Amino acid sequence: MTFPNDLLQFLGLLGALLLLAYPLGTFMARVYNGEPTFLSPILAPCESLFYRICGVDRNDEMGWQRYALAMLLFNLVLFLTLMGMLLAQPALPFNPQGLPGLSWPLALNTAISFITNTNWQNYSGESTLSYFTQVVGLTVHNFVSAASGMAIVIALIRGFVRRTTATIGNFWVDLTRSVLYILLPLSLIGAVFLVSQGAIQNFSDYKTVPLTQSFSYDKPKLDEQGAPMLDPSGKPLTESVTAKEVSIPMGPVASQEAIKELGTNGGGFFNANSAHPFENPTPFSNLMEVLFILLIPAALTRTFGVMVGNTWQGTTLLGVMLFLFVVAFGVLHWSELASTPMLHHLGVMGGNLEGKELRFGLIGTDMFTVATTGTSCGAVVAMHDSLTPLGGLVPLSLILLGEIVFGGVGSGLYTMLAFAIIAVFVSGLMIGRTPEYLGKKIEVREMWMSIVIILVAGIVVLILSGLAMITPSAVASMANPGAHGLTEVLYAFASMANNNGSAFAGLTGNTNFYNLLGGLAMLIGRYVPAVSVLAMAGGLAGKKYVPPSLGTLPTDKFPFAFWLTLVIFIVGALTFFPALALGPIVEHLSMMGVN
Amino acid sequence: MKELKPAILMCLLFTVLCGGLYPAVVTGIAQAVFPHQANGSLITDVNGQAVGSELIGQPFTESHYFWPRPSATAEFAYNPMASGGSNNGPSNPAFLATVAERVEALRVTGVTGPIPADLVLASASGLDPHISLEAARLQIPRIAKMRNLSEDAVAGLVDIHTEGRQMGLLGEPRVNVLLLNRALDSQS
Repeated sequence: MTFPNDLLQFLGLLGALLLLAYPLGTFMARVYNGEPTFLSPILAPCESLFYRICGVDRNDEMGWQRYALAMLLFNLVLFLTLMGMLLAQPALPFNPQGLPGLSWPLALNTAISFITNTNWQNYSGESTLSYFTQVVGLTVHNFVSAASGMAIVIALIRGFVRRTTATIGNFWVDLTRSVLYILLPLSLIGAVFLVSQGAIQNFSDYKTVPLTQSFSYDKPKLDEQGAPMLDPSGKPLTESVTAKEVSIPMGPVASQEAIKELGTNGGGFFNANSAHPFENPTPFSNLMEVLFILLIPAALTRTFGVMVGNTWQGTTLLGVMLFLFVVAFGVLHWSELASTPMLHHLGVMGGNLEGKELRFGLIGTDMFTVATTGTSCGAVVAMHDSLTPLGGLVPLSLILLGEIVFGGVGSGLYTMLAFAIIAVFVSGLMIGRTPEYLGKKIEVREMWMSIVIILVAGIVVLILSGLAMITPSAVASMANPGAHGLTEVLYAFASMANNNGSAFAGLTGNTNFYNLLGGLAMLIGRYVPAVSVLAMAGGLAGKKYVPPSLGTLPTDKFPFAFWLTLVIFIVGALTFFPALALGPIVEHLSMMGVN
Repeated sequence: MKELKPAILMCLLFTVLCGGLYPAVVTGIAQAVFPHQANGSLITDVNGQAVGSELIGQPFTESHYFWPRPSATAEFAYNPMASGGSNNGPSNPAFLATVAERVEALRVTGVTGPIPADLVLASASGLDPHISLEAARLQIPRIAKMRNLSEDAVAGLVDIHTEGRQMGLLGEPRVNVLLLNRALDSQS
């Protein structure tokens, strides 16, 4: 009986999350309000030094256009430096395996992927990227792309708080504080903890070790150009080789692993991502990684409540997130425990363990899968492609809903706030009142921006998936036949447009079609909502405060949480049900019908 | 373009801080406090030569060794340079045929009854060092016969190399195949 144990692990996770998110959220509100904290004696001088070098005046308040311009320019500089690094890899240091530069479509996709906090991987880390690229390139982007998201949501919160002003803060200050006070200290603790569990952290050459039992295998023969040689009937030629030793990859893994989870980035050091024993060595490290993924997004609801001066506003949103998390986890865990009738028929007992690691158990694996797709993380401990059909429906739906179940750092909360505005608006229509949220009138501009924030990713997903279906080369990338293949493509664009980064990884993504259109999806999915949020923030900051009256819908009470949940379900179902019905749902029904 | 200067300088400063200082500090602490873990939890033989990692599984195909989980890594099974899973969908006929073959391979060694899922389904990393207790127990009669040991002696070794739930709660009980097989070798 694993049931009581499973329940205990799940409740333990939620308990620890709430217990840690509460003080962190309060702390973050102080940081963004520029109030002194217990870290100020060490970090305040460092912060001032940053501003002095960069020529930033911390009291220089920006309007939304300037704030957005600073954010976009910063991201452009990051994009160009990373792109350069990926192309020039062989000329740079810390490359003990002598790995070559990336092709330009792959470099473009990867650079976009990391500036947008997506971290989609069309490459295999251990055989593609040098230590220099991993540390100086990707680790840095993990920090700053997360910090950009946090800055944007803080600007939006200021829009609600401020009255009849034209400014929403200073981007450089919000960015610097996010990294210095929040992301760096947490990552430092997280990384050292992960090493204690067995995550590696070194700059050594790959280790060659002898195998305890050598064995033979058929190796494909390659010609001088490295292309596989074929026999006259078109089958690949192979030769029998005996393997006596293997190379074990090394590297500075833990330092990247910690920020990868805390910043909801998700780009793995290794191809297997967090399923790799060097990234995620024990059940305890796994539980903590789940906690790291959810921590900042959950804490931001508290920060929001503190900053708007009514913590129940934040708690209401947190309650909706918690509810969705429990439902999503329940469906996934039930489906994976049940496995499939085909496997039962073959005499295989137990849950669906294909593409899962034994040490985490189904419970640890499923908690991670819900956490990583309910946020914009996208790290994986299981191969989502091998989930049962209904199991796979859960991460796909969480991504398509816009990653609001705790959400990406920053991006989750601003998407949730857009849903809240729509919920307020719809209820306002029902009773014939001008809708208000947090004392601000919701008018045409707010509605436009909210609709853009919520629908832009969905529109991109559906158009690009449709385009893939009529492009033969894109269809050829599918690894599994039938409805499951459609799910692979749908998942790929959902993941990229929503800046998640996890994959139904059977799909061969490293083609020009997916590299380039995927890059476009990531750019639109990140920056269109981000700029819309800032535009909304600017508009809100300029409005005057409307005190609540009898006709105001209270947004800090249970009925609103219930209503908001319904609105999320309705918007999600209306947008995506047809596509989901053709993918995972039809696969499930045909699986049940066969037996 | 007043914001261009801070954009470039911030990028530079964060690269130094997050790409230089932060990994250096973590590496320093890791190497000083947890050198065994930081360098890959390597297993050494009597001469101090590294022969594997506690965390990275190795392929075993011969009957006198415990078999690990199937691995879908490229080129050959348990290739540490190509971590990854099969990405087979649950309804893929080719996948089901592969599982059927694996079940059959166990049946010819005399295994009856239900098969533990981990023994016929490939892991996510392709490097999973563990099998379940059920999967280990199922193989005990074969190992005992091939090595001329009593089943109790082999079962005793399995018990020694069983890792329980972490802190009595987390994960599932499991057996490290590489450590168990090396212990078998050193016994006989």
